[in-house]
Amino acid sequence: MTAIDPTAHLTAEQIEELGRELDAIRDEVIASRGEKDAAYIRKVISAQRKLELVSRGVLLFSFFPPAWLIGTAGLSVAKIMDNMEIGHNILHGQWDWMRDPKIHSTTWEWDHVSPSEQWKHSHNELHHTYTNVIGKDNDLGYGIMRVDEDQRWHPFHLGQPLWNFINACFFEYGIAAYDLELGRNLSKRRRKNPEFRARAKAVGRKIRKQVLKDYVIHPLLSGPSFLTTLAATFTANLVRNIWSHSVIMCGHFPEGVQVFERRSIKGETRGQWYLRQMMGSANISGSRAMHFMTGNLSHQIEHHLFPDLPSNRYAEVAVKVRALFEKYELEYVTGPLPKQVFSAWRKVFRLSLPNKKPKVKTPNRDQELVAA
Amino acid sequence: MTSTALRSRAWKLLEMVTTPLLPSDYLDLVSPLRAGADLRGRIEAVHPETGDAATIVIRPGRGWRGHTAGQYVRIGVDVDGRRLWRAYSLTSPTNRQDGRLTITVKAIPDGKVSNHLVRSAKPGTLIQLDQATGDFVLPEAKPAKVLYLTAGSGITPVMGMLRDVEFDDAVMVHCAPQPQDVIFRNELHDMVADKKLRLTEVHTDTDGMLDMARLDELVPDWAERETWACGPAGLLDAAERLWSEHGVQERLHTERFRPGIVVAGDGGEVTFSATGKTVDADGATPLLDVGEEAGVLMPSGCRMGICFGCVTPLKAGAVRDLRTGEITEAEPGVLIQTCVSAAAGPCDIER
Ligand code: FES
Repeated sequence: MTAIDPTAHLTAEQIEELGRELDAIRDEVIASRGEKDAAYIRKVISAQRKLELVSRGVLLFSFFPPAWLIGTAGLSVAKIMDNMEIGHNILHGQWDWMRDPKIHSTTWEWDHVSPSEQWKHSHNELHHTYTNVIGKDNDLGYGIMRVDEDQRWHPFHLGQPLWNFINACFFEYGIAAYDLELGRNLSKRRRKNPEFRARAKAVGRKIRKQVLKDYVIHPLLSGPSFLTTLAATFTANLVRNIWSHSVIMCGHFPEGVQVFERRSIKGETRGQWYLRQMMGSANISGSRAMHFMTGNLSHQIEHHLFPDLPSNRYAEVAVKVRALFEKYELEYVTGPLPKQVFSAWRKVFRLSLPNKKPKVKTPNRDQELVAA
Repeated sequence: MTSTALRSRAWKLLEMVTTPLLPSDYLDLVSPLRAGADLRGRIEAVHPETGDAATIVIRPGRGWRGHTAGQYVRIGVDVDGRRLWRAYSLTSPTNRQDGRLTITVKAIPDGKVSNHLVRSAKPGTLIQLDQATGDFVLPEAKPAKVLYLTAGSGITPVMGMLRDVEFDDAVMVHCAPQPQDVIFRNELHDMVADKKLRLTEVHTDTDGMLDMARLDELVPDWAERETWACGPAGLLDAAERLWSEHGVQERLHTERFRPGIVVAGDGGEVTFSATGKTVDADGATPLLDVGEEAGVLMPSGCRMGICFGCVTPLKAGAVRDLRTGEITEAEPGVLIQTCVSAAAGPCDIER
């Protein structure tokens, strides 16, 4: 939908060929999945559980400030691991091939107020199928923001930097709300819909359990550290929310990422679908620790091409995918986290105002250009 | 309050502490074999028996309820990261002092699990266990005369019996290609030396397959004996024929090892067992479409293999992944994505 279509130079045959090359990359990983991968996810799960246990243990003494700091930091990291590298990826079915019923997309529940079942629908199904298609992909602006020049401006959008900030702080609640499609479902008639009510009830149950655990049970168990444990858990949830919100903003919002019109996906071929994922996603560059803490969503482009490949394999896949971007002269949008976060936020601010007239296309100076 | 009520209260509280996980998810980290956990075992040793057979010593979890001689156990082993389930006869006596159990596994060509267990299983590995089951067992009252008719790894359940109970008059006819292929050979010969067993080895490489007509000469009173037979289908079929010809079929107990051979074809009859519908499908139409066409309520989402919203248990048969061509065979707990899987021969989908 940008003024210039960055894929205009590709012929239909080239796009299908690109699709076949991507399929080959996928098949290679699938054929080589094995013991090492299984050991990886088991190790991560066990490390996460131990870290959470230890951190919660330390917080029993959180009236003592150093204990508060250590416990809070540990709990924040544990929660980030649970949501990102473990929960998100298991719920994508990335580990279903192991046939371990305990590490399976159909049985996993995560430390998050949105029940796994609902999140899988809105995320795996809607977001990943209709990536960046305006009006179909709720992740695009979460239904409250304007993320492309071609979307109509409304005075409501003036506040979008603020909405985005609030959304970042309470991200898990934002997700639960839009998994419920609250915006659409608040009309009187829809509210009464039994299917909607059942889902709303499930969210209510999950929120109750989560809140009870974090803000009542664990603080009570801490006795004299009641208040400090409460503060610690609140902080850990805040840190986790802001972190995951930032990482996820980097996936589709930075400058250089394309959005698509509804009619552009009619009769889409496999090659075209792949191409849309390539142009609609952006990566974060950085160290291995960085990739781990983002749940490998730093490899967002690869994740969107192959959402069900084990996350520990995205790094090796990225090398091959990037080579294809070069071969087909496409822009591989990537950059370090601060730069990508800044880029995404700048867009949020820019689009909170109506378009400048006449519309001028600014070159993506700050993007890393891979295309020759 | 009774202690059970108190216990269940305490457990509820613990669940609140660990939500969304369960207390057992944390306990499993430190004590996977504890009472109340899912039944597991730990491999403690692997002893080679012959060139392609080995005995696996397993320490079962606290929930293990024991077994009867002759029974088998299903175990779930992770091979190349993937959990596979197979059934093996128990070869340990029921009253083994250290509480360990053993299975004896023969590596069959292309057998993923058997080759893994015989050649690369490491002591210390956790495996999944089911409770022992099977009715190839000895009766409560000891029969006076016993015949064991076995071939190859068919000796394993019988070994479980021999180690468990001593008979006054026990005869065994065992077939194996060559002497060195006879599993437990030394132990069997020790029993013979102790006069606990009379044994005839049939070496099929030199003697040829066992001809049932020879039984009259090998064990003249076979028809009077309570007989337990285990081995390949050919042997068991021949035995069943002979025993019923002589009207003594109630004295014959057989155990068939089903290797579970699924012939993967192209398309086939698809059964939706929960709905009770059966339709023909070709090898190119996704099972999701096949089901919907037949009026079965099928869960779905993206319809292109990415959302995992369509996963459904495959109860029997085989399916082909339309993207990779990979064949998946039915096993307990196997789920398939119906939107990218087509029938590879007859299959049963739980919908
Ligand atoms: S419907 Fe989405 S994976 Fe099958």
